[in-house]
Amino acid sequence: MSARLAFALSWIAAIGAALFLLAPLIVIAAASFSPTPVFDLPFTGASLRWYERIPRLDGFWPALWLSLEIAALATFSALIIGTLAAIAIARGRAPGGAFFATALVSPLMTPGLVLGIALLQYFRAIGFDATWSELFVAHVVVCLPYVARTMIAGLARFDFTLVEAARTLGCTYPGAIIKAMIPALAPSFLVAGLFSFLASLDNYPVSIFLSDARTKTLPIKMLQYIDESPDPTLAALSTLILLATLVLLVVCDRSVGLHRMAGTGDQAG
Amino acid sequence: MTIAAQETLAKPAKLDRDKIAAIGFVTPALFVLILLFALPLILLFAASLHGADGLSLHAYGKLFGEAYYLRAIWNSFRLALLTTLFAFAIGYPASFALARARGVLRSALLASLFLPLAASVIVKAFAWTILLRSDGIVNRLLLAFHIVGAPIRMIFTETALIVGSVNIFLPFMILPIYAVVAQLDKRLPEAAATLGASPVTTFLKVTAPLTLPGIVAGVALVFSLSVSAYVVPTLLIGELYPTLSSTIAKAFLLARDPAFGSAAGVVLLVIAFVVVAASARFGETGGRR
Repeated sequence: MSARLAFALSWIAAIGAALFLLAPLIVIAAASFSPTPVFDLPFTGASLRWYERIPRLDGFWPALWLSLEIAALATFSALIIGTLAAIAIARGRAPGGAFFATALVSPLMTPGLVLGIALLQYFRAIGFDATWSELFVAHVVVCLPYVARTMIAGLARFDFTLVEAARTLGCTYPGAIIKAMIPALAPSFLVAGLFSFLASLDNYPVSIFLSDARTKTLPIKMLQYIDESPDPTLAALSTLILLATLVLLVVCDRSVGLHRMAGTGDQAG
Repeated sequence: MTIAAQETLAKPAKLDRDKIAAIGFVTPALFVLILLFALPLILLFAASLHGADGLSLHAYGKLFGEAYYLRAIWNSFRLALLTTLFAFAIGYPASFALARARGVLRSALLASLFLPLAASVIVKAFAWTILLRSDGIVNRLLLAFHIVGAPIRMIFTETALIVGSVNIFLPFMILPIYAVVAQLDKRLPEAAATLGASPVTTFLKVTAPLTLPGIVAGVALVFSLSVSAYVVPTLLIGELYPTLSSTIAKAFLLARDPAFGSAAGVVLLVIAFVVVAASARFGETGGRR
């Protein structure tokens, strides 16, 4: 009886959580078709006018481009740096492995604003004054824990004898890594890359302290826009991003399996 | 003989090479952690002690001495605690259903966890302001089902803040717990049942302790993310609810008082780390029991 009740409750929680999580996304998508500038629901008569306005958004394209550029480069750097460190940790060869693993994940537990003001004062103190580079290195710190977390967990389950086997069969060490390790860890790479990219793209609290009047990332621009003229253009832009992500998720589900991606990591915490 | 001889000959060289490789592998990450994380945080601590004439605890005195700032510290803590509690209450049972789901249903449920991560926190928080305002959808539903007689004020209340905060951080609770639950060895609870344990006992003595690492990871993540939330309170409650984050932002962006802002930063950092460390410790001792 109690087992049945628990079973029912867990399903209610799961379906409820899914609906709850999707609720704001549905509102955004609906609001993007609003015929009036005021975000109001429900409305009568859908309109595409806000989609037409996206290309003419003032100052949005440089911000979007900057954010994409930083997110892509920071994710790429973090994937390399984090995976290398995770390999050393997983093989148990890194000095102070457990401590090092905790240290690698700790920027994730560090409040964003705290990291932002710490880096701001640090860059000032050492006389480092180049907004783009400041944002880039700061975002590497933001991305690194997402990669480290997922890769340490993924590598913990990786059978390193596969690498040895590949070497015995005549592969060079880097060759063995590429041929044996990378395909087996594809879901981990995918999750690490995705989480790190999205974390960077949506980062406001670190970027706000490092950007200047000319160099603004997308979230900074968006918050400014919501403050100044909240019309559904932002909803239209977000809906397009959501659609693109949905396509990406379907592709991931068909190729790797979302459950493999979700089960890849995170328990290393 | 040749193979054995080769192995003994090759071993010392191989060990050395592995060690050198390991050092080479960790060096870049170590560089990032020291130069871009540890040193800036040490400098932050130093900056918080910076007074008009040398070392001073003035900033901390102001932070712990004024009712407004004490409220900010309490609010940050309270927001994180409530968010973590609700996220756990929803996320823990949901993870079990998610781990049992198969096929399209599983994909759909997992997509509902991943998809919100693609929408900016700013946009999601704004969506909640639309949902929760007095002529918004939530109020219309409550009125339609006669749950309330008149529209209730939700936006710019703590309720709205918690709803939005749980909504935004819930995936970070579910994903780590799901990762553990999905890998649970189903034979263990079955064995407990075979040995005569009631479902409740089985859950408390077998299943729950096995999921502890996931719980610890989820709780630590959601607490540290929500204790430092800045965008969510700014959009959903604003000035009414001072937090440590808003105190930091104001000190740096408006008041130009880096010592005070740094002190608030140090306090926020300590709260986040203490809770994370405590939950990790709880995970260790709880797992051993």
